[in-house]
Amino acid sequence: MYSRKVIQKFEETLNNPSAHNVGRMDANAKNVGTGMVGAPACGDVMRLQIEVDDQNIITDCKFKTYGCGSAIASSQQMIEMLIGKSLEEAKNIKDREIADLLELPSIKVHCSVLAEDSIKKAIADYESKKA
Amino acid sequence: MNRNLVYFDYAATCPVDPRVAAKMQDCLLIDGTFGNPASRSHEFGWKADEAVEKARLHVANLVNADSREIVWTSGATESDNLAIKGAAKFYKDRGNHIITSKIEHKAVLDPCRQLEREGFEITYLDPDENGVISLENIQKHVKDTTILLSIMHINNELGAVNDIEKIGKYTRENNIIFHVDAAQSTGKLHIDLSKLEVDLMSFSGHKTYAPKGIGALYVSRKPRVRLEALIHGGGHERGFRAGTLPTHQIVGMGEAYRIAAEEMDQDNSRIAKLSEIFWNEISGIEEIYLNGSFENKVPNITNVSFAYIEGESLIMALKDVAVSSGSACTSASLEPSYVLRALGRADELAHSSIRFSFGRFTTEDEVLMVAKTTKKVVNQLRELSPLWDMYKDGVDLEKVEWVTH
Repeated sequence: MYSRKVIQKFEETLNNPSAHNVGRMDANAKNVGTGMVGAPACGDVMRLQIEVDDQNIITDCKFKTYGCGSAIASSQQMIEMLIGKSLEEAKNIKDREIADLLELPSIKVHCSVLAEDSIKKAIADYESKKA
Repeated sequence: MNRNLVYFDYAATCPVDPRVAAKMQDCLLIDGTFGNPASRSHEFGWKADEAVEKARLHVANLVNADSREIVWTSGATESDNLAIKGAAKFYKDRGNHIITSKIEHKAVLDPCRQLEREGFEITYLDPDENGVISLENIQKHVKDTTILLSIMHINNELGAVNDIEKIGKYTRENNIIFHVDAAQSTGKLHIDLSKLEVDLMSFSGHKTYAPKGIGALYVSRKPRVRLEALIHGGGHERGFRAGTLPTHQIVGMGEAYRIAAEEMDQDNSRIAKLSEIFWNEISGIEEIYLNGSFENKVPNITNVSFAYIEGESLIMALKDVAVSSGSACTSASLEPSYVLRALGRADELAHSSIRFSFGRFTTEDEVLMVAKTTKKVVNQLRELSPLWDMYKDGVDLEKVEWVTH
């Protein structure tokens, strides 16, 4: 039921978390935005943190995800798409792109929706600190 | 098939015992016992009938019933359907109230839902925190119109055992038909239907090393229990269940039950030992919870929750081990196990449950290997879990305002 891409991303992350941006940043730092979405009751919680430079470019990301294999793979896919992007570009990442890249079946599309939501929340958090 | 894959899902289904497969093979080809047991006019039919009746004796013998009380079906699901719908419809003039529990198998819950649509009133009892249905709870819900009680012997997710002896005494005294789904208990617990006051009991073939597609229903003769048949077309099985009897399947179930009667004690004590070894290995994992209780469960099933990790990802990480998760994230509903929910488990625990079930072919090496892998992947997944971070930071997850989607 999982695509090869999901399995690959999941296993890479599991076996070598530090090389795949698993971790956390100081949530109070001025240049860090944190977005946590989902709920234990729904079976998935995603926490994304972005580090942003003066040019509004995302220079680094960290995440942790509680959820099924697709949720973890979606987080990983999202990270790959985020690093090096400007905030404006990042805002335009759509759940559909993540779902397509990972070939998520329709019952797993909520995993990519969660990823998009976490990007939006992380950026909003960062921007609220700047304001 | 991958030789390195370990099968720890015997409660879902068992492989056929080689001795069973050998017996079945003799019932397929032109020189074997392939005949239609209903053919009265020639030797082929007589031989097949003889084989079917011998198998019926084996099944009856395992549960100490009269072989005339055993009705062949296609499996425990059909047995449950025949028992519940059949009894409800036959006895509907006595009343329309049926009692069951919230943690029955879907093969019981779905026929009950269907009867509800047809005008019956169903009470779904809550189990206690260990998955057991108490007699007191049943008594509280019995009414003048109660005609049927359906309670499982062993819960398929937890291995929790209900006291069907005590419950049967009460239902018999109160003239309530008592159906027991015993799909998980043949070969696991001794069942003596000559003493138990059970009216209907469902059996599965494949949970006891027979093939899938065969089961049986015990229908008590003393006192006589009547049923309205579900399948019509030839009056086989004394009118309870029409359809040509699948000789090879029946012979397989007979042999499997014969073996169970002979070997269950040694099988079970071996499995109990393995289960103890397994639990000793994994119980040191932080925040691990046994679902059910050791005092009141069969040893072949161990259902545990690992807090702060999700069951489906755990199953995916345990890629060389075949287990099942209570978490039904694989279905569109995204709901954790209804059984764990009914026990009152917190969501994050219900989502993270794994059922390990052992069987006849499980080895100690496999148990040790799976325990080791489990410890490793639980740690790996917690490394990835924001909930684990929060737990370690002392955050109360109940008080967090979650952004649901």
